[in-house]
Amino acid sequence: MSSNVSRRVVLRGTAAAAAGVALLATGARAADHTGHTMDHTGHDGHGTGPMAFDEVYKGRRIVGKPATSGHEAHHGGFAVTIDGQELHVMQNADGTWISVVNHYQVFDQPLALTRAAVDALRGATLVPIAMN
Amino acid sequence: MAVRKNQANLTATEKRNFVNALLELKRTGVYDGFVRTHNEFIMSDRDDSDRVGHRSPSFLPWHRRFLIQFEQELQKVDSSVTLPYWDWTADRTAGASIFGADFMGGNGRSRDAQVTTGPFAYSTGKWNINVSVDNRPFLQREIGASGTLPTRAQVDAVLAMPVYDTAPWNSASEGSFRNYLEGWRGAGRVHNSVHVWMGGQMATGVSPNDPVFWLHHAHIDKLWSDWQRMHPSSAYLPAAGTADVVDLNDTMRPWNNVTPAQMLNHSTYYTYA
Repeated sequence: MSSNVSRRVVLRGTAAAAAGVALLATGARAADHTGHTMDHTGHDGHGTGPMAFDEVYKGRRIVGKPATSGHEAHHGGFAVTIDGQELHVMQNADGTWISVVNHYQVFDQPLALTRAAVDALRGATLVPIAMN
Repeated sequence: MAVRKNQANLTATEKRNFVNALLELKRTGVYDGFVRTHNEFIMSDRDDSDRVGHRSPSFLPWHRRFLIQFEQELQKVDSSVTLPYWDWTADRTAGASIFGADFMGGNGRSRDAQVTTGPFAYSTGKWNINVSVDNRPFLQREIGASGTLPTRAQVDAVLAMPVYDTAPWNSASEGSFRNYLEGWRGAGRVHNSVHVWMGGQMATGVSPNDPVFWLHHAHIDKLWSDWQRMHPSSAYLPAAGTADVVDLNDTMRPWNNVTPAQMLNHSTYYTYA
């Protein structure tokens, strides 16, 4: 899949493709991608915010979107859940991502990071970790 | 004076004493306190805000202090015990003696990554995972499933770097011995890739759940010591006045009474054999 093809698909999936340029600058990939099955793993490099997602991967509902409240919002961040449970994620200075499940391996996008967490969990349920 | 040895050179008695001390700290709950502390730091240390234990210059002195505290707890159980180190540039397969049933135990089984051999297997009833990111109570490993161990040449390339750390003092630092050893940069991704190679809890924020954590970090600590000997005129950086970062004479959380300056020379605590 070429980068151009995937970019067209992304834009077609947004609610306002006509405003695509402006949206890309403010997080077009936060738009709803539910229902299409293109693999955007490694699809980055646009210099925009992380790509939002909402899909079922290996039987788990994974959702990632810009954080509007809670812990991540304080860091201008991005919130991820697996079956409704928060996966603690963090963006590195170079734009790559890690999670509490994969804390020493970097991923280009939260989607690939979240899928890797699902792989590592092998069906297990995330539990909240108390922070002091 | 405590002497930290290469784990490959431990006698059967030394291995048994180390394992028994680990199991005793686990039984009393002391062990899990260390797991919790590590995870709290790894989740809160950020490139763009306050950072102490990781992705910052104090990665090395913070872990040195953390290991000293853990070693002192082991020694309360058995005064003969010191932390061994694992040189993963030499002992780099799942069949190495470090993963024997008399020491750290072996790889996880394929079905659920559960470690089923050695003193930390769930079936022993002595090593339940209590501080965790998910609901699995057993130690897991997926040795070699992701990533590769750093090579000696990759480690030597990092040891040759003369500058301790550089601005912006985080995971993006270039030309930084600390960041290349920690593994956010560089061909070997040195410290980080060992966590990834082990898999299971070692790849997560609750990595001290696997006792291999201590042997890995003791080796990272030894490499810092080796680097100091190679670069005697290279100082800890930054020296002072840096926002969000532990300068040379700033105190480090969670102890609040120890500075990087006080951690530069390990020889008052232990030496390396």
